[in-house]
Amino acid sequence: MTISLLYALVGVVLLGIGLYSLIIYSHLVKKILALNVAGSGVFLFLVATANQTSGPVPDPVPHAMVLTGIVVAVSATALALALACRIHQVTGTARLTENEPE
Amino acid sequence: MDEFPNLADIAFDGILALVVLVLAWKLLRSPNLFKAVVLFISFGLMMSLAWIRLKAVDIALAEAAIGAGLTGALFLIALGKLEGNEHSDHKNNDTNPKSHEGNPKMASGSSD
Amino acid sequence: MTRKHGDSLDSRTGRVMAAISVLALTSVLGWTVWTLPPFSDRMQRLVASNMAISGVENPVTAVLLNFRGYDTLLEIGVLLLAALGVFSAVPSPVILSKSTPSPILILLLRLLLPFIVLAGGYILWIGKYAPGGAFQAGAILAAGGILLSTAAVPFNRFATKTMSIAMGIGLLTFIVVALATMMVRGNFLQYPVAQAGTLILVIEAAATISIAIILTILFIGGNPEESPTAKDEGDKAFIIERDNTTK
Repeated sequence: MTISLLYALVGVVLLGIGLYSLIIYSHLVKKILALNVAGSGVFLFLVATANQTSGPVPDPVPHAMVLTGIVVAVSATALALALACRIHQVTGTARLTENEPE
Repeated sequence: MDEFPNLADIAFDGILALVVLVLAWKLLRSPNLFKAVVLFISFGLMMSLAWIRLKAVDIALAEAAIGAGLTGALFLIALGKLEGNEHSDHKNNDTNPKSHEGNPKMASGSSD
Repeated sequence: MTRKHGDSLDSRTGRVMAAISVLALTSVLGWTVWTLPPFSDRMQRLVASNMAISGVENPVTAVLLNFRGYDTLLEIGVLLLAALGVFSAVPSPVILSKSTPSPILILLLRLLLPFIVLAGGYILWIGKYAPGGAFQAGAILAAGGILLSTAAVPFNRFATKTMSIAMGIGLLTFIVVALATMMVRGNFLQYPVAQAGTLILVIEAAATISIAIILTILFIGGNPEESPTAKDEGDKAFIIERDNTTK
């Protein structure tokens, strides 16, 4: 069990926690938090597999991918939060209800 | 590079992994959203440490600035817009439109 | 169908099904991780052997801006798109605050902003040799922008106009360089080897400005040009989020 393997497993568990919370919680901000946690898990997995090189230098291609991913994640989070605030403004609640009023 | 890690490596990485997992679980199970966002900011900082352990220093810089700082600030601003100390519990959110909520000056000023 | 936890799905079967499927996915992924081959070197050797023609000395910057530069171009485009999406999602986002700027924050800004600009410029420049680059520098400058906007520093119309132009300048520079290299070398975004370092620095500088402005605008939550007083009072607009007058 090397360091990279440990972090890769942690990344997979984070993805699972984030996905589960995305499904079961109804508040929009909590869903966005869960998506961020899941995204961080995926990035951790990517960089952990990048660390498994036979030399001392890690593989820089997944590093670049994760850097791009972090920036895209923050812009998607900003847009999602703006939409959530707008939903709250229009419907009065930031929580997805199960029974839609007809 | 990947020889079997020594005791200091095991200790540090094990504790860091445990802290990251516990933070993620706690932040998604807490009904108080403000507490969840604060835990998320500290989760971002712990992830920054994990990136350094994985020899990804550029990502550590970016995560500390963007992931923890900026995303945390965005969440706090959004929580402020969503009625102060919002609880994500199924309380009775009385939906009286407070006057400062959203936008009183719905100016017809989309003039571009 | 009992309700167990306050804010989760109402039905217990729904929660159990979600838990089971997520557990299945996680275990499959975990098994895949466990059985990965121990070493995977090909990409790292490819990058290391081509570092001489990339124009920089930091492998991550080389990959980000030279070998996979198209991804970075699209990423800057995504940032711009997110800012435009935030503009359209909010009707009139810049809400005035009646309070005066806090003196503590103004003092903090006066002390901190020069160092923020210095740190941002340094990290931008050092991205060629050591960990750093455009995104980190842009994020540091955006932190300064966030401090400015929370301190209720008045932005005049020149500043808001400049912000609107600066939002697009990163993507514009990148596309101009890409088209220019296409006309010179025949391939989109293939830098001539002698000028690769200079071109990368130019692209990164423009991208840093753009990223900093866009991240600040994402924090502000809307178009700074559309604040009501910018049109009413002519030249001063307080850009600040509303203060919580009620709890």
